[in-house]
Amino acid sequence: MFWNKEMETLKGDALESLQLKRLKWTIRQAENIPFYKKMLNESGVDADGIRKISDIQKLPFTRKTDLRTGYPFGFFAVPKKQVVRIHTTSGTTGKPTVVGYTRKDLDNWSELIARNMTMTGLTDEDTFQNAVNYGLFTGGLGFHYGAEKIGMTVVPSGTGNTKRQIEMINDFGVTALHATPSYAMHLAEVAESMGTDLPTLKTGLFGAEPWSDNMRKALEERLGVRAFDSYGMSEMYGPGAAFECEERNGLHFWHDSYIVEIIDPKTGEVLEPGNKGELVVTPIVKEAMPLLRYRTGDITMILEDECPCGRGAKIARLTGRSDDMLVIRGINVFPSQIEDVLKSIPEVGDQFMVYVDRVNHLDEMKIEVEIKKEFFSGELRDLERIQRKIQEQLKAILQVRTEIALVEPESLPRFEGKAKRVVDKRGDKF
Amino acid sequence: MTENSDSCKYVIRQISVFSENKPGRLSAIAKGLEEADVNIYAFSIAESKGFGVVRLIVDKSTAALKKLADIGFMVSYTDVIGIKMEDRPGGLYETASILGDAGINIEYAYAYSGRNGAVLIIRVDDVTSAVKKLLAAGKELIKAEECL
Amino acid sequence: MPVDELRKLQYKLMKTLVYRLYSFSPFYHDRMKDAGVHPDDIRSLADVKKLPFMYKKDLRDNYPNKMFTASTDELVRYHVSSGTTGKPTVVGYTQKDLDVWTESLARSLTSCGIGRGDVMQVSYGYGLFTGGLGLHYGAEKVGATVVPASVGSTEKQITLIQDLNVTAIACTPSYLNHISDVAEKMGVSIKNDTSLRVAVLGAEPWTAGMRDRIQERLGIRAHNIFGTSEISGPMFTDCAEQKGIHIWGDIAYTEVIDSETGENLPDGESGELVVTVLQKEAMPMIRYRVGDITSLDTSVCPCGCTHPRISRLTGRVDDMLIIRGINVFPSQVEHCLMQIPEISGQNYMIIVTRDGSLDSMRVQVELRKEFFSDKIDDLLEIRKKVAYELKNALNVSVDVELTAPDSLPRFEGKAKRVIDRRVL
Repeated sequence: MFWNKEMETLKGDALESLQLKRLKWTIRQAENIPFYKKMLNESGVDADGIRKISDIQKLPFTRKTDLRTGYPFGFFAVPKKQVVRIHTTSGTTGKPTVVGYTRKDLDNWSELIARNMTMTGLTDEDTFQNAVNYGLFTGGLGFHYGAEKIGMTVVPSGTGNTKRQIEMINDFGVTALHATPSYAMHLAEVAESMGTDLPTLKTGLFGAEPWSDNMRKALEERLGVRAFDSYGMSEMYGPGAAFECEERNGLHFWHDSYIVEIIDPKTGEVLEPGNKGELVVTPIVKEAMPLLRYRTGDITMILEDECPCGRGAKIARLTGRSDDMLVIRGINVFPSQIEDVLKSIPEVGDQFMVYVDRVNHLDEMKIEVEIKKEFFSGELRDLERIQRKIQEQLKAILQVRTEIALVEPESLPRFEGKAKRVVDKRGDKF
Repeated sequence: MTENSDSCKYVIRQISVFSENKPGRLSAIAKGLEEADVNIYAFSIAESKGFGVVRLIVDKSTAALKKLADIGFMVSYTDVIGIKMEDRPGGLYETASILGDAGINIEYAYAYSGRNGAVLIIRVDDVTSAVKKLLAAGKELIKAEECL
Repeated sequence: MPVDELRKLQYKLMKTLVYRLYSFSPFYHDRMKDAGVHPDDIRSLADVKKLPFMYKKDLRDNYPNKMFTASTDELVRYHVSSGTTGKPTVVGYTQKDLDVWTESLARSLTSCGIGRGDVMQVSYGYGLFTGGLGLHYGAEKVGATVVPASVGSTEKQITLIQDLNVTAIACTPSYLNHISDVAEKMGVSIKNDTSLRVAVLGAEPWTAGMRDRIQERLGIRAHNIFGTSEISGPMFTDCAEQKGIHIWGDIAYTEVIDSETGENLPDGESGELVVTVLQKEAMPMIRYRVGDITSLDTSVCPCGCTHPRISRLTGRVDDMLIIRGINVFPSQVEHCLMQIPEISGQNYMIIVTRDGSLDSMRVQVELRKEFFSDKIDDLLEIRKKVAYELKNALNVSVDVELTAPDSLPRFEGKAKRVIDRRVL
């Protein structure tokens, strides 16, 4: 099923000329941003210098750390009163990345979500439970608006309160669920313990964190759904930039809205389809916050085969990161953020270790820290207070609950050269 | 003034040691004390999530503190009071009600069997008043010098 | 709109609603029949008092959607709020219901002076609670930049207020107080260091004194918002005059009654608020007994608005508590505790306090003898379980205190299990 068949199946010259037109417009839009104005000047490229899509390679890359320099509004290309929504996402240090949207941006974004959901077979007759966080996280409101555009019945359940989520699925006859794959797994387990097999549920939309084909099998079996993979990030509006169709063999990127490249993360060289590398995305319809050649840090490849569904080129499901970013319960966490927070707390020593594991299908992050000797009063209460303080400050910046382990002084590993402070034990565990 | 310095005599220095809640930590503490020729009169462990505080009353607190710090433990002194308990029903009740009636909160307590009968170690929010109230009620307290 | 015309419009809408429900909704048909009323008996707005009341219990008895008057494919949204026992209250919306709700809020926000050029932080909970998405759509409609902050992460909220030049905020009054307390600790003065100039506060009772203190301390205008999920969500606010909450007459018909006798009370007299939502498709409400205590004022507001106003809410006719903006019924607590084998479910105490600016709720329960363990971990585990189950049932975090068997008060006659120590 198609939401917008013409755009979804646009190919060849027609697609290229639309992309070219929109790329030129995006470059002009980006010139409103001092960072890009300078960058374009220095590289000697402007919109007129772009004659074919491959000319995009003349542009330098944009990195997540560049966005930090513009905090908060430095990357807005429109006057503030045209911005109707703000979302934030994890930054690499204490300050978040701020993303702005014009009304047109919100329309574009919900159009893409509507395409994705229609592509998986959902219609206005479906009842959709949106079991991801609402608020500043783009996953909640993004899918909410898309589902509303289609005319589905939306249950804005958010996360947590799993038993009630299950009662609602059954009581409202929910047919489609959106969640992180690990939360969906947890939901399946709780449903089993409550003795229900969620008879009405038929479609599962899962994203915001990497998940394996084994996990797909398990989710499909235990929830009784067909499971679809979702990809996106706040910098490209949010989720929905790429999505699986009924073939469920790779994700269709929406090429009328994004130009996709795969590069060698070390050399920056552009790779041919079929080769794994870092995904670089240039959104070409974004008004409030255009980005040029944005390095996502995600590892994937462009698939060579045409998809029987008739839509454009797909990317492979994501297999990892080119940097040290962690995804914890769907939230991006950079070890540099953790370091930033710990450095700001006087009681904490310089060393720390991060352990990530999956317990009962949910990600758990444990951070070991040493307490400085001069802050030891001998009282258990004071230690508990310090422990709580670290936990609260990390929660405030990371938006993720962590377990804090206080360890004895000098007991954490000291590193010479590159520190390896993160131990991720999740592997393929789900 | 005299009253205060009087009270001081009964304030015992407890050694508090931070320890992770895992095998081998208590033995590391005990080994260090043995090496420093320190005798332990009393001790207790308070546990929290993943860590705990080991509390010790010893014969040579300065030496003990130095040794534990040298071998890498985080240590500090805490002021506590030691009360000699009478070996009869109602002994604890009397002591606890003296403090309770005076509005003094016992934050934690543990007991040990001393050479001359049982001793109750208590940590209170107001040490000076607690000492005064207990002495006034005729209770016998351990002097700090008895465990130097 | 002149008062006469407004009354005519209200009558027309009421008449249409009553006919529609009598003809198409078995629930309302039976209700009216049992009360011996026929739509033809409603010949003027004065006849509305002949119609039977609706209670929160009706929603529970018809869980989840037996009262809906729209088919599933017309529904575009569900919201859920506290019920009096285990099952929540479910509210369904058609697209038109959402449009009316948003229109009502857009008018209200405009009357508070909020519009395009404003940056509005919505710090009500998003999701099933109507506060977040309600204000979000309203703010979007008036053209403000919306920051969907939702609840929690107070330090981050303050950073956003500062860095994003937020001019308007929607949240509970106690949360705004908490924000200013935390801001002060961070060395930020909301009054001097931010662009905040207006707040839309509600979802819990607050006084005019509190409003004055907030206005003074933060250097802002603090408006009062009213609404409950049964009538869609937060919908009505006071205007720039701050002389009562305008209830848009074409959207809702309001009465204030004596909750004992059910008789209508004249303007200015305190009683229970009764609301009829005139334009609701999925879940209409006729003479719904909201349970809030207020008084009615049908005179024309100094701002020129002819729509009736209600005064600041002063309390509840039932034992419902509002904890950090969430409605909690003691019966829900009891229902939840009864399902936990380790504790004695029928003996409990609820203690509500306000620490600093935030409500906190402590529930004392008695451990059953056979579950006593000398391992602290086991006891902590039981406490955690009780807290988890209560959080699940109430959507509010609760401090649980385990007490010894037979230690809590026993009541003869009417139990008084709630101690509310909050001072507004």
